[in-house]
Amino acid sequence: MTLGFKKIPLYIIAVMLLVFTGFPFIYMISTSLKSRSQFFEEPFALFSSFNLENFQSVFEMGLTRYFLNSILVSIVAVFVVMIVAALASYPLSRMKFKLNKVLFLLFISGMMLPIHATLIPIFKLTQSMGIFDTVWALLGPYIAFSLPISIFILTQFMQEIPKSLEEAAKMDGCNHFGIFWRVILPMLTPALMTVLIYNFIHLWNEFIFALVLISSPENMTLPLGLQDFKGEFSVNIPGLMAALTLASLPILVVYLFSQEKVVKGLAGGAVKG
Amino acid sequence: MDTPIKVAESKTVVKQASRTHKKLKNALTIGAFVAPAIIIYAVYVLFPIISTLMYSFYKWDGMGVGVFIGLQNYVDLFKDAIFWRALTNNTWVVLTSVFAQIPLGLIMALMLFAPIKGIKFFSSVYFFPFLMSTVAIGLLWVLMFDPINGIINSIINLFGVENISWLSETNTALFAVLLVIVWQFAPFYMILFKAAIVGIPDELYEAAEIDGANPFQKFFHITLPLLMPTIVSSSILAIVGSLKAFDIFYIMTGGGPNHGTELLGTYMFKQAFINFNMGYASAIAFVMFFLALAVTIIIQVMDHLRKKKGAYGV
Repeated sequence: MTLGFKKIPLYIIAVMLLVFTGFPFIYMISTSLKSRSQFFEEPFALFSSFNLENFQSVFEMGLTRYFLNSILVSIVAVFVVMIVAALASYPLSRMKFKLNKVLFLLFISGMMLPIHATLIPIFKLTQSMGIFDTVWALLGPYIAFSLPISIFILTQFMQEIPKSLEEAAKMDGCNHFGIFWRVILPMLTPALMTVLIYNFIHLWNEFIFALVLISSPENMTLPLGLQDFKGEFSVNIPGLMAALTLASLPILVVYLFSQEKVVKGLAGGAVKG
Repeated sequence: MDTPIKVAESKTVVKQASRTHKKLKNALTIGAFVAPAIIIYAVYVLFPIISTLMYSFYKWDGMGVGVFIGLQNYVDLFKDAIFWRALTNNTWVVLTSVFAQIPLGLIMALMLFAPIKGIKFFSSVYFFPFLMSTVAIGLLWVLMFDPINGIINSIINLFGVENISWLSETNTALFAVLLVIVWQFAPFYMILFKAAIVGIPDELYEAAEIDGANPFQKFFHITLPLLMPTIVSSSILAIVGSLKAFDIFYIMTGGGPNHGTELLGTYMFKQAFINFNMGYASAIAFVMFFLALAVTIIIQVMDHLRKKKGAYGV
């Protein structure tokens, strides 16, 4: 698509947007490389020093623990979501039955749901299950709230797999589980990748359930841990910026290595193809 | 003794039996596929919503059993000035999302198709903010808005404006957080628009060029009308997302100063987990649920009517 605007104004707009979106990152990284005294002397100088001490002190303060908790809970939740959502999407997209539409709508409407509407009951439930203030407390809500978008993405994709493949398998004596396992699942890989990326990034960054269900520092996930750092680092801003840089790094690295996939994944069901 | 009629009867019985048997088997198969999802979804989504509605009829501190007070929580809520303040602020988030995020996202998407060098690099950076965790974004911008050490003040100083304590004054705090929301979410709409722009056939622009259309005419007569469905679906996402807004406000201002940036989400959280007014908080939560539901239904109905009319020709 070419609209045919003049080139120089286009460059100016492009660079302005670049500064608007990119500058906070530069500022964050640059500040994380300063010592405290350097920061107070010249808070705005960019890349005036390359001091890695802050990163070391952040790890000493327990960032590793938050990292491990986040990795554990995100990976387990995403894995379960992929299986459970793929199973549910099969009959929803490829079998005719009375409750099909109702069930589908029930799942999909979860995308519109404010988490707040479930917060107090889940808080009580987690307490009565005896898993309050453990990483496991997050698994249930994370899986449940990832199901709607995942089922949406997977059903859309499954609808487009030709029926003829399924019928051939039926002739060979496959039942529905056989069809799902041998025919559908192998073709589902791209859609499952989308589900994986979308949910992983969202769960990696999830905050409110962690805020309500976890209170001890050793069980905190990364976002909650960062929020907790804020108090301890109130006088050590470069330290806080080092923590933020480290916390943002994994997703940024994944993004730089597989941009197209991440972009598609994050646009999720909203963008087709 | 079997009469022929009886034989025929028993045959149909057998047939019916095997049909119900098949039906049952089919239902069991479907059930097995769907059961894990339904169970998890019911436990963590459906039952909690019903429980929230139940709790909202009680005065309850979260311990033991509450006292049933009927609709009193809702009566109190509708008389509560902070509730209305929060609702107004949520509306501001909706307006900012629709009228600032979406247009900016559109401009960013258009830039991705501009005939300039290094556009791949530009587009990679444009997307960065959407990848960062909201907590990290909040903490980073709190520093940038800092009255003394913040870079925003040092920028406005260049233009001769005095330092502003952005986040501790009621009228600037809301503006500051809304700016951050635009920063964070514009890239998301950029992606949605990018996908839609790719789908516009080049012939349309070529034809317009032959007719001597200028860039603005091309934009307003080709690009914009063909992006209408995307603008509508983006607006839906923006409105519903805005009703749910919580994280960035909680991190940056906690709803303060003096409830200046209070949202339904932050107010509900405070009532539930700081004041332990679980019943009252449930009423707020249920209002949030109701609003999201109402907006979704209204938009679905409008979308249905639009499709019936076949507007936008798509």
